[in-house]
Amino acid sequence: MLAVTRAPLSVDALTAEVEASVRTRGEGCGALASFLGVVRATHQGRAVRYLEYEAFDALALKVFAQIQVEAADRWPGAALGIAHRVGRLAIGEASVAIVAATAHRAEAFQVCRYAIERIKQIAPVWKHEFFEDGEAWVEGAIVNPDDHAARARALEIACA
Amino acid sequence: MRVTVRLFARLRELAGAESLTVEVPTPATAATVWRALCVTAPALAPFERAVSCAINTNFSRMSQPVADGDDVAFLPPVSGG
Repeated sequence: MLAVTRAPLSVDALTAEVEASVRTRGEGCGALASFLGVVRATHQGRAVRYLEYEAFDALALKVFAQIQVEAADRWPGAALGIAHRVGRLAIGEASVAIVAATAHRAEAFQVCRYAIERIKQIAPVWKHEFFEDGEAWVEGAIVNPDDHAARARALEIACA
Repeated sequence: MRVTVRLFARLRELAGAESLTVEVPTPATAATVWRALCVTAPALAPFERAVSCAINTNFSRMSQPVADGDDVAFLPPVSGG
């Protein structure tokens, strides 16, 4: 249910895998929410040609597993799948797929939102944008895994 | 002692290498390794305050000790998702 891959992402395959993992657990699965992050055609007004994603694969998989544990801690019984693409991506292609499975609908949306916020904070993945007129690495959050405030902020956003 | 340094994204480009061996005196921390690295690749120095590190594929503080043969990764600010 966790992957860093050069292959195109399949939300259907990830959904099937996540649903199967909770079908017979507790109340069972009554809700599946999915999120796809896709390559946008513009960034701050500049036309994007394509993106390249790079990851520290082994550490990214550990981080995704940590996010699963955090989600299960806050939403007992929830299951979470995360797949991140690396390599060159065209506009419209999915860079990240997230699927959350829970017994009821409200929690499925929350788990999905929590996972993407945490990925943005701590996943060792980098985006390199190639524009019509240049290129740039995108640099977002400075990873601090001890930062409990960041985790609390992700929870707050997820439950807003 | 010798450690293997792994660099990603802009740090990799600035240093011109994704992996390199760095020699540091014993005892050393991740910060010692970073400073030695910046002597070899001065272009990395401006990242001092923005860099995170992982020792043997575990997030670590810059004050954490390193041992001979360790794998020390330096990570620029992340932008996944």
